[in-house]
Amino acid sequence: MTEPEIAPPQRGPLVYRQSIWTRLTHWTWALCLFFLLLSGLQIFNAHPALYIGQQSGFEFDNAVLRIGAINTPEGPRGQTTVFGQTYDTSGILGMSGPEGNPVYTAFPGSVTIPSFRDLATGRVVHFFFGWIFVAALFVWFLASFINGHLRRDILPKPSDVGGLPRDVLDHARFRFHHGRVYSPLQKLSYFTVFFVLFPLIILTGLTMSPGMDAAWPWLLDVFGGRQTARTIHFVVMVLLVAFFIVHIAMVLLAGPINELRSMITGWYRTSPGTQSQEGDRS
Amino acid sequence: MSRLIINRRRFLLGSAALGSGLAVSGCDQFDFLAQRDNRVRAVMERANVLTYSAQRALIGDQVLAREYAQSEIRQGMKPNGSTEPTTPEYMFLREANFEPYRLTIKGMVDREVSFSLAELRNMPSRTQITRHDCVEGWSCIAKWTGTPLGPVLDQAGVRPGARYAVYHCFDNIQRTLSGDVLYYTSSDLVDAYHPQSILSYGLNDQALPVSNGAPIRLRIERALGYKQPKYLHTIELVDDLAPFGRGKGGYWEDNGYDWYGGI
Repeated sequence: MTEPEIAPPQRGPLVYRQSIWTRLTHWTWALCLFFLLLSGLQIFNAHPALYIGQQSGFEFDNAVLRIGAINTPEGPRGQTTVFGQTYDTSGILGMSGPEGNPVYTAFPGSVTIPSFRDLATGRVVHFFFGWIFVAALFVWFLASFINGHLRRDILPKPSDVGGLPRDVLDHARFRFHHGRVYSPLQKLSYFTVFFVLFPLIILTGLTMSPGMDAAWPWLLDVFGGRQTARTIHFVVMVLLVAFFIVHIAMVLLAGPINELRSMITGWYRTSPGTQSQEGDRS
Repeated sequence: MSRLIINRRRFLLGSAALGSGLAVSGCDQFDFLAQRDNRVRAVMERANVLTYSAQRALIGDQVLAREYAQSEIRQGMKPNGSTEPTTPEYMFLREANFEPYRLTIKGMVDREVSFSLAELRNMPSRTQITRHDCVEGWSCIAKWTGTPLGPVLDQAGVRPGARYAVYHCFDNIQRTLSGDVLYYTSSDLVDAYHPQSILSYGLNDQALPVSNGAPIRLRIERALGYKQPKYLHTIELVDDLAPFGRGKGGYWEDNGYDWYGGI
């Protein structure tokens, strides 16, 4: 007779992975970025063109993006020009809304706050959430520096660089490892968001303020002019939207209940084989 | 424990439903924020007061807006807002080549004074090449010539209790059934006394054209375009903005834009 084999554990321990500060600021940003995006598109609609340089070209051309509507023999059409290439974007950009009663705005009312043209309100909403966004970032940096989140999970180490190709392959095969700390790819993407995209979008936003340009004239030099800063602000917005889409896709693929639980309660179910530590739950 | 899990699951399902609801139904559920007397909006507008205080604390009173090189003037100054006022007072002055024009300083001053265009032109002048930033998002670089506002205010003697300068203009920015709405705006005295705040009568080495605010347009270079009043005729020193328009300190301010205009 043989001894009954002890079955290997089906799941790893529950680890406390997200501090209250990480969770609070995470959901604050989620709220802020939602309102910042939708009010930002309202602001963009007031002058739906992006330029390179200090000023907007009216008697010369330095535009890199234009969204508008034109009249054609078949009726009005929405048109978007990017780097000199013109695309028909009727129904989405330049012209949208119900047939027979179209609205001629760059971005449709379904993605702006308010849904109709109101630059003043767009600005009120944008600046309110801008302040909260920055305050949350300040709190997060301070807390993450003190509690070690920054060092442990965000700043990539040399070993993370070495482990990156393997992690990319694992992600491509949808094989997710639920560890105690973030994977190399997670570290890299969050590092990019916190140390590149968030600072960039704040500083380019400040560069659009004539008051801040007087206070910190280096802003104009760093970004190559107010209009270039406005263009970068828009591009970083697009990158953050792309990050959001990938972020949500990863949450869904890696197990939405576990991922959401970790961002609500802080407790995260690790993969089988993860070493237990003091303080873990089973 | 099981109760907790059910609650958690309910919570997750609830949030998912709420999130997808927001996503599919567009954004008109936030349209109430456009109501000018809405309480939530009033709270959000406090952020503009914070911006004003923060920038005033950060920027020295004398710190200048960037001035550009002659070569940066690559186009004419884009006219915006009113470009051809039709009030009788203005049309009369325009016909008379602005000879009868007077700029008046009144309100909380020791003595009310007024100046003709020739008198303003004979005062010490300042020329600056600056970037005009419209609230809509565009920018335009132009050369402005005029006399600094601060010394002009000093000639009237601003009284200690004065907190704001209200700028009254000739142009009918809006025509309604109940009559014309005339443009006005206001600033604090820091902006009024700023070295680059000039009563400009020259644009790009020419006399200031009507479309850009002839005969006098105030420049407040550390603020957006709607704080650069065109067709200026009276500057009133006051301690309260409530009696003017809808009480928000300016035409665009009355229409929901922030008063400071430095962002």
